[in-house]
Amino acid sequence: MADDRWQPKLDQYLDSELSAEEMRGMDAHLRECASCSGDALRRMQLKRATRLAGQRYAPSAEFRRRIERKVAAKSPARRWLWIPALAMAAVVLLAATITVGRWYERSRSEQLLAELADLHVADLASPTPVDVVSSDRHTVKPWFQGKLPFTFDLPELPGTGYTLVGGRVAYLEHEPGAHLLYDAGAHHISVFIFRDRPEIERVFPARDSTRRVLSFHVESWAAGGLRYFVFGDASPEAIQGLSRLLKQAGT
Amino acid sequence: MPLFDSLYNFAHWLTQNRDEAEDLVQETYAKALKGFGSFQPGTNFRAWIFRILRNTFLTSRTGLAATKTVPLESEDEPEQTVAVSRATPESILLGQADQQQVQAALEQVPVIYREVLLLCDVEEMSYQEIADTLAVPIGTVMSRLYRARKALRAALQEQGKMRETKHG
Repeated sequence: MADDRWQPKLDQYLDSELSAEEMRGMDAHLRECASCSGDALRRMQLKRATRLAGQRYAPSAEFRRRIERKVAAKSPARRWLWIPALAMAAVVLLAATITVGRWYERSRSEQLLAELADLHVADLASPTPVDVVSSDRHTVKPWFQGKLPFTFDLPELPGTGYTLVGGRVAYLEHEPGAHLLYDAGAHHISVFIFRDRPEIERVFPARDSTRRVLSFHVESWAAGGLRYFVFGDASPEAIQGLSRLLKQAGT
Repeated sequence: MPLFDSLYNFAHWLTQNRDEAEDLVQETYAKALKGFGSFQPGTNFRAWIFRILRNTFLTSRTGLAATKTVPLESEDEPEQTVAVSRATPESILLGQADQQQVQAALEQVPVIYREVLLLCDVEEMSYQEIADTLAVPIGTVMSRLYRARKALRAALQEQGKMRETKHG
């Protein structure tokens, strides 16, 4: 049964339109309420599908050139009238370019993170969250051979507080990768490994940092041509701990 | 030209026609340059230029025809929101991530709802920016978004039913 107080605010939450206090309240509520978190996931899927489907039409190169010529080609007699306006427009457009560039990178980063959130949550909701079930890395790692165009190393876990549950093949923007599931106490943590690409590098710079996405934490880094994402609702310390072990295994 | 790609995408979604979209963008830039004096520095440039495009569309023949057919509900009254139910046809469709079907559903949604979905989910404008672009209060943006998403879900459900009929 959806919660009457929080459920009507789900769209505003996903549109980032709640106050910081309400965002925190909603985060806490979604961790506890399966009905609202399921509802939020379905709304997020619709929002993401709209975003992807909505980026549909691109102007032709010929049209772009035509507009550029029209904007540039004003009659000589009146050109001086445009100079102050164009100078001002150039300043504003430059500022807009920078803003749009940053906005685009933020948007791309959010899009990738939303896809990972979908993969993580959909996996946990699945009756078969992993295709290879084993806590032994020597069983899980070879399972991916022939299924992925790359190999990777996994850490030894005894005594670390983490348990490997298994893995499956996942797709991020049509690129295949490994999705590994770990238990950390009462929490599940997903580890995603994909081939690194310049467009991912741009939105996730190499520096180590743990980000917060909705009610999840995520840490991402690149090493040896691979891109790692450690994703889950566990504490930032638990995410960082597993990330450290993976980095050590990869070196 | 910043925003050129975004403006063109938005124009094409509004007009549903390449030639009309190009005319609309061209007219938008002409009006923006001509009326640049009316732009107040410090205010939102993106909302300003999108507003020019949208107003130009609304006064075009296609825009007048498109908006004439939309039943305007009492937009300022907040609707009772309902939970998005589990495993509806549209959630199954979304799970299959068929972009073409979402695009087809977006095409079916009335233009007054399509534009608010595009500004919010594709352009990722804040409610305030959307309100500035559409020249409506924030409350109207929220209720219009709510109805737009409901209409999109209904269109997806309709497609799900049609697919079921076709395949089975």
